[in-house]
Amino acid sequence: MNEILIAVIVLGAVGLIAALVLWGTAKKFAVKEDPRIGQVNEVLPGANCGGCGFPGCGGMAAACVKAADEAGELGSLFCPVGGQPCMEKVAAILGLQAVAAAPKVAVVRCNGTCENRPRLVSYDGVQTCRIANTTCMGETACAYGCLGCGDCVAACQFDAIRINPETGLPEVDRAKCTACGACAKACPRNIIEIRQVDDQKQGMVVTCMNKDKGAAANKACAASCIGCSKCKQVCGADAITIENNLSYIDAEKCISCRACEEACPKACIIMLGEPRKKIEKKQPVAAKPAAAKAATEEAPKAVANTNTRPYDKPIEVKFDAALLPSQQYMLAGTVDLVQGEKSSDSATPATYDYEAPLMPSQQILLGLKTKKA
Amino acid sequence: MKTFRIGGVHPAENKLSAAEPIKVAELPKVAVFPLSQHIGAPAKAIVQKGDKVKVGTMIAEAGGFVSAPIFSSVSGTVLKVDTVIDASGYAKPAIYITVEGDEWEAGIDRSKDLVTLKDRRELTSDEIKEKIKNAGIVGMGGACFPTHVKLSPPPGSKPEWIIINAVECEPYLTADHRLMLEHADEILVGVTLLMKAMNVGKAYIGIENNKPDAIELMKSKTMKFIHEGDIEIVPLKVKYPQGGEKQLIDAVVGRQVPAPPALPVSVGAILQNVGTAFAVYEAVMKNKPLFERIVTVTGKSLAHPSNFLVRMGTPMSQLIDACGGMPEDTGKLIGGGPMMGKALINAEVPICKGSSGVLLMNEQEAKRAEAQPCIRCAKCVSACPMGLEPFLLSKLAEVHDWERLEKEDVVSCIECGSCQFTCPSHRPLLDYVRLGKSTVLGIIHARKAKA
Amino acid sequence: MSNKLTVSLSPHVHSGDSVSKNMYGVLIALLPAMICSFVFFGIGAILVTAVSVASCVFFEWAINKYLLKNPQSTICDGSAILTGVLLAFNVPSNLPLWIVILGALFAIGVVKMTFGGLGCNLFNPALAGRAFLLISFPVQMTTWPNPGLGFMTIADASIEGQTGATPLALMKQGQAVDMDFWDMLIGKMGGSLGEVCALALLLGFVYMLVRKIITWHIPVSILATVAVCAALLHWANPAYATPTTHLFSGGLMLGAIFMATDYVTSPMSKKGQIIYGVAIGFLTIVIRTWGAYPEGMSFAILIMNAFVPLINTYCKPKRFGEVVKK
Repeated sequence: MNEILIAVIVLGAVGLIAALVLWGTAKKFAVKEDPRIGQVNEVLPGANCGGCGFPGCGGMAAACVKAADEAGELGSLFCPVGGQPCMEKVAAILGLQAVAAAPKVAVVRCNGTCENRPRLVSYDGVQTCRIANTTCMGETACAYGCLGCGDCVAACQFDAIRINPETGLPEVDRAKCTACGACAKACPRNIIEIRQVDDQKQGMVVTCMNKDKGAAANKACAASCIGCSKCKQVCGADAITIENNLSYIDAEKCISCRACEEACPKACIIMLGEPRKKIEKKQPVAAKPAAAKAATEEAPKAVANTNTRPYDKPIEVKFDAALLPSQQYMLAGTVDLVQGEKSSDSATPATYDYEAPLMPSQQILLGLKTKKA
Repeated sequence: MKTFRIGGVHPAENKLSAAEPIKVAELPKVAVFPLSQHIGAPAKAIVQKGDKVKVGTMIAEAGGFVSAPIFSSVSGTVLKVDTVIDASGYAKPAIYITVEGDEWEAGIDRSKDLVTLKDRRELTSDEIKEKIKNAGIVGMGGACFPTHVKLSPPPGSKPEWIIINAVECEPYLTADHRLMLEHADEILVGVTLLMKAMNVGKAYIGIENNKPDAIELMKSKTMKFIHEGDIEIVPLKVKYPQGGEKQLIDAVVGRQVPAPPALPVSVGAILQNVGTAFAVYEAVMKNKPLFERIVTVTGKSLAHPSNFLVRMGTPMSQLIDACGGMPEDTGKLIGGGPMMGKALINAEVPICKGSSGVLLMNEQEAKRAEAQPCIRCAKCVSACPMGLEPFLLSKLAEVHDWERLEKEDVVSCIECGSCQFTCPSHRPLLDYVRLGKSTVLGIIHARKAKA
Repeated sequence: MSNKLTVSLSPHVHSGDSVSKNMYGVLIALLPAMICSFVFFGIGAILVTAVSVASCVFFEWAINKYLLKNPQSTICDGSAILTGVLLAFNVPSNLPLWIVILGALFAIGVVKMTFGGLGCNLFNPALAGRAFLLISFPVQMTTWPNPGLGFMTIADASIEGQTGATPLALMKQGQAVDMDFWDMLIGKMGGSLGEVCALALLLGFVYMLVRKIITWHIPVSILATVAVCAALLHWANPAYATPTTHLFSGGLMLGAIFMATDYVTSPMSKKGQIIYGVAIGFLTIVIRTWGAYPEGMSFAILIMNAFVPLINTYCKPKRFGEVVKK
C-alpha cells in the first residue's frame, strides 16, 4: 500500500512540476499574433497550393490581414481555390467589402492529337516535359506544342487535369479546376493559360501556340494556327490579335459571338466546353484522311495499348521523287522499291508506286510530294 | 602513366574507323549553314537570296564578341535564308546555298606546302589572334567556344602553357586520331602559332594511350620544332572523360581548376583542341577560313565506317550514304560521340563547326533499359570526375529542391555522363542532374540580375 | 521495323552493369563459404540455407504482389536470394526451420519491405533478422554444432552435449583460447553456418574486388581496426585474446566482407566508408570485450547502419578543384 502511495505521489509531483515548467515557458515565450490571421486561415481552403502567390494558406491569411490594416482593402489578393465565396468570408472577418473577380479556368492551348500531329521520333528518357523540352523539339515536328509527359498533371493538386490516352493531350476538368495556375507554371512551353471565362466557365480560345510561318506550322500539325487572319477579319469585338503568325483572343474583349470559330480553316478556335468543330477544309496532306480513318479504327486499341499508335497503321501513298539512299532507309522494310529506276539526278525524278505504312509527316520529312493513290 | 585524379569510367572504345584514311567527301547539292554554330551570340547573315558566293566567302558576321563569323564552304547561289533543324533538335535560322561548281576565293592558298613559323617570322601575336578571329575558328571538340575569346584571357591572368587536347576520349570517334596521323606537321605549326599568340614557352599535347601510332609520330615530329618552342607529347591512360577541359589540365600538369567563375587560365593553362590547332594553321598560314573539318561516320551496323574531310553544311545523310547507306536497324542517330553527343531527329542535320562525328546505333542499343530503384551502391559517386554525388543531385532535382542542389554544387557538373553510364540500376541520373543544373543556373542568374 | 528514330539525352551507352549482376556476383563470392558450410555441417546447413532462401523469396514476392500491389516483380534482381543466403549464414546449422522462416519474415517483411523495398531500407535485412532471432531465441541461436567433416555430423549434431563452443564464447567465460591458427582459418570451430571458414570468405572477398562489386575501404578498415584494437588490449593485458583470435573467430570476416559492404546500408563516399568501417571495428571489440554478448559484429553493423544517413550528410566526396594552388 505504502509503495503504491509513494509511486502515485512521485509521479504526481513529476507531472505537476512538468506542467508548471511548460506553463511558465508558454507564458514567457508566447508569440503575439493577430487573432484575425487564425480566423482568416480557418476560412481559407487549406490546400496550400500556392495559387494565391504565397507559399501556403497561412501566408495568404497574414497577407490579407496586413493588407486590410495598411491599405484598407484586399486589392489583388485572391484565393483561386475558394473563389469568390471564400474571399467574401475573408472580407467579412476583416470588415471589408469583397470585390468581385471574374472566374478563371486553365485552358490547354494545343490540339496536337495523335492524328493531327503524328510522331516522327520517339523520346526515350525521363517522362517529364521539362527534360523532354531540352532534348529536342519533341516527338513531333511542332516545337511549340504539348509534349504530353504530364508535368501539368503532376502539378495539379485538385485532380483537375488528366492526359487523355487517346489524344495524348491534357484535358482540364473545368468543374474541378480552381485556376491556381500550378499547371501553367509547370508547363515548359507555356501552353496552359489561366483564362478569364464567363459564369458557365465558357469562352473562346485559340488552341494552338505554334509561332512558325503558316507553311511550317501546317506541315507540323493539322490543327495548327497558320496566322491567316481570317478570325481577325470576322471578329466584331476587335478581340483578336495576330502576332508571330499566331492568333490570340483577348478574353476581356471577346463577346463569344463564335464568328471566329466558324471562320477558322484549321478548327483551332473553340468554345470551351463545347465539342470541337471538325476540320473539314482542304487537308494539308493528301494522305491525311487515310491516316485519320486509320486512327479512328485503331482508337480503342490505342487506349488499351499505348505502344500501338494510330499512325502505325499502313496507309497508301504514291509519290515521285529522287530518293537518297538514306531516305530509302526511312522507307526500307516497309516499301518495295522499284529496282533500277532510282535516279540520283534530281532534275528527272523517278516515280515510285508502293504501299507503305508511312506517316504523312514522314513524307514531309523526306520532302516528298504526296498525292492520294 | 598520367591521368586525372578523381573518378572516371572506361567505356568500350569501339574505334571502328581508326584505320580508315581521311576521304574527301563529295560536295553537297545544297549546303545549309545554321547561324548559331558556336556558343554565344548567333552570327548575322550578310547575304541575301540570289547572292553569288565562292568557297571561303563570309556569309554571316559575328554577332558580338563571343561569336564567330561563318564562311561558305561551297560556291553557288544563296537559295534562301530559312530555318533548319540542327543538332539541338529545334529549327534554327540558317542560310541555304545551292552548289554550282567549286570556285574558291582568290586569297586562299590551296597548295599542300608546309609553311612554318620560320618562313613567317614577321607574324606578331596580335596578327595571329586577329586572323584566328576573322577565320571564324571555334573549339573543334564539340563545345564550339569561339577560339579568339579563349585566347583573350582576363587581365591579370598569366598563361603558362598551351595544352592541346588530342585525347579523343569519346568512344567510336577517330577524327582527331586520323588528323594527327595525316597532318602532324600542320598541327605542330598550329601549336607554335598558338604559343606565339599567347606568348608562352611550353605546350603539351595530351594523347590517350590507345593511339600509340599517333603518340609515336607526334613525338618524332616535335623534334623538328624544338627550336621554335618546347612542345611535349604527354601519353595519358585511357579513361573517360579525359577530354574534359578540367580533367585534361589535371592529367597533364596536375592542377585542378577551382569551381566557376575560375577559368583554366586561372591555373595557367590555355586549352585548345587538336582540330583547332590544325584550323589555326590553315587560317594563319594558308589564309583559309574555317569551312571544312574531319568527321567520323561510324556505327556497328554501318557497312564502311569512315573519316571524311567534309565541307560544312553537308547533310549528314550524304555522309551516311557514302559509308554504305543507313542500315535498316538504325534506331538512333547521334551527332558526336555516344557519351556526350546529341541524338538527332533526322539525318538531314548539316555538318557544323562542332560536328566531330556521326554515330548510328541499332535499335537495340538505342533504347535505354528500364530504370530500377537506386540501390545506393555509390558507383556514381566513384565515377564522377567532379567529386559530386549524382545519386543525390538527381533525387533532389526530382523533388525540385533547388536550394539544396545549389549547396551540393550541382553547377560544377560537366555533364560527362559517367554517372549514368555506370549506374547498375540504369537510372536516368544525368537527365535529372541537367534539369537541376539548368534550373539552379537560372536561379543564380536571376539573383545576380536582381542585385 | 519502326521508322522512328529514338531521341534521348546523352549518354547513349551504358556499362552493361545491372543490379542483378551485382547481386549474383555477391552470391558467387559466397559460394566457397557455402560449400564449406555444407561440408562442415552437412544436411543441416543445406536445409537451413534452402529454407531461408525460399522463404525470403516467397515473402518478397507475396508482399510485393498482395500488400504493395506492385505489378513489377522484384524477385529477379537477386536481392532476396542474397538476403536469404546471408541470413542462413548467420544462424547455427541445427536451428529449427520454423525459426529460420520467422527470421526471413522479419528480415524481408519488417526490415526491407516496410521501408519501401530494395534501396530504401535503413538496416541490413539479414543482420536485423539475425539480431531479432538472437534476442527472441537465445538458446537455439547459440547452440552450435561442432563442425565435422562431411556428412558424419548428421547424427552427431543432434546428440546433446556435442555442441561446440565458439572461441568467442570461451573468451567470454574467461577461458584461454588456444585455437590452432590453421583450424581457425579453415573453420574447424563452432559457429554459425557461413562464418566459420575464413579462407573461403577471403576468397569471396578477392573475387568481389576483382569484379569491382565492392571496394576495399569498408572490409579493410573494419579488419584493421579490430586488429589494432585487439593488439593494444592484448599488449596491455595478455588475458585478452590475441588479434588473430579476434580476426578469425565469430562473424567478423563474414560481417566485414559481406554484411557491412551491403550497398544500401553503407555510406556513399570513400571517406564515409572508412569512418563507418573504423567505427564498426571499434564497436565490435567493445561489445566482444565488455558487452553481454560474446559476438558484437552484427550489433556493431546495425548500430552503424543507423548512423549512415548522418555520415552521408557530413562526409562529402572531395570536390574537384578543392585542392588547388601550387
